[in-house]
Amino acid sequence: MKEKLKDALALATAVLVVSALYMVFIYAPTEANMGNIQRIFYFHVSFAWTGFVAFFGTFAGSIMYLIRKKRCWDILAVSSAEIGIAFCLVVLTTGPIWARPVWGAWWTWDPRLVTFLILTFMFVAYMIVRGAIEEETKRGRFSAVIGIIAFLNVPLTYVANVMWRTIHPDVIRPDKVDLDPRMIHALFMSMSAITLLYVILLLWRMDLEGMRDRVAELKKKIMEEA
Amino acid sequence: MGHYLKKVFLIAAKDLRIEFRSKEKIYSMMLFSLLVMVIFNFAFEPGAEYIKDVAPGILWVAFIFAASLGLSRSFVLEKEEDCMQGLMLSPLDRSGIYLGKVIGNFIFTMMIELVSLPFFAIFFNLSLTAALPPLMIVIVLATFGFIAVGTLFSALSVGIRGGDMILPLLLFPMQVPVIISAVKSTGMIMAGSGIETYSQWLKLLIAFDIIFFMASFVIFEYLIEE
Repeated sequence: MKEKLKDALALATAVLVVSALYMVFIYAPTEANMGNIQRIFYFHVSFAWTGFVAFFGTFAGSIMYLIRKKRCWDILAVSSAEIGIAFCLVVLTTGPIWARPVWGAWWTWDPRLVTFLILTFMFVAYMIVRGAIEEETKRGRFSAVIGIIAFLNVPLTYVANVMWRTIHPDVIRPDKVDLDPRMIHALFMSMSAITLLYVILLLWRMDLEGMRDRVAELKKKIMEEA
Repeated sequence: MGHYLKKVFLIAAKDLRIEFRSKEKIYSMMLFSLLVMVIFNFAFEPGAEYIKDVAPGILWVAFIFAASLGLSRSFVLEKEEDCMQGLMLSPLDRSGIYLGKVIGNFIFTMMIELVSLPFFAIFFNLSLTAALPPLMIVIVLATFGFIAVGTLFSALSVGIRGGDMILPLLLFPMQVPVIISAVKSTGMIMAGSGIETYSQWLKLLIAFDIIFFMASFVIFEYLIEE
């Protein structure tokens, strides 16, 4: 039953992703000033939002792990962190592709850019720490500490960068654009698609971690019998 | 409460005594901080006017690098001969160990910074006498924030393989708000601006200090339970 539910969810994700692609590339009108490059925005925003949700998942899983000491919370934290990094890399790649023709620069020190970059750095370090610890409970505890502290830093990093920016008013800022309703539909569709993609990837990734545990257990058993 | 603080200060005093007897850390941190100032100097035209604009950045890079060098050693001594076990057996809360370590690291790092400061003024031809009182506030706030998180991560990194290499990966992204605030307010202080121009940066530093001191204080005991 549980497997069937996951299959259904995967199917729903596939349908939503295809519809989102249709809406982004065909249904939504071409933006007047930026042209077709603006279409990147739908997926860029969706991945950004979901990447952030993923790191929140790690934060929540880390807190629960420290309180309850149950392996399942650690599994949630690590699975979510891995997907978060992947999604943030999408954000950090699509952003410059859009920014180059529109802002005239691959990278600007915009607060949101910097915050995402720093957040990604922190969670890559989180994964490095996990890789360096063999023992399961210790790995869980240590990485939970980083998961919590790294996420707490997000608002401060953002505020610091906003304040830093306001002192340099010569930044290129995107003009506020009123979105066509069809653009909002496309954005909404791609956000739902990517959120669902996160959920299904998370479930699969957590299964994978569970299987790894079982393999380790079986290996241990075999070694003991031998 | 009085007893608790007394024990906390005993830990801090023990750490400081060790450092002053071996002097190994004092020399390396001092030399390192001076080296950063000197090496950075080569990136700029000698005697250029704009050096005053980049000087605050150089000062804080020197401070932060030297401090992280010290932090990486903070728990190494406890690991040798199983001293950590002894500390944990002592009739003191785990949080007390953290507090003692923070106080020790803070005092020690402050001393290194205060000794480096005159060299900074000499190397960059700056007159710091008038700026000294407000500058002290910035140094105290920024150093405390750095040490509060740094002590937690230092305890974490001694527990893992290759921890020396991992500590800066965790520390530097965490310190982005501190570095931005410290550099900006130092620049304004050196330019002779009044407190109203940089008070927002001081507020951010205070927020960082409070949030991460409290969070680390609570989380620390989960790190070292063995």
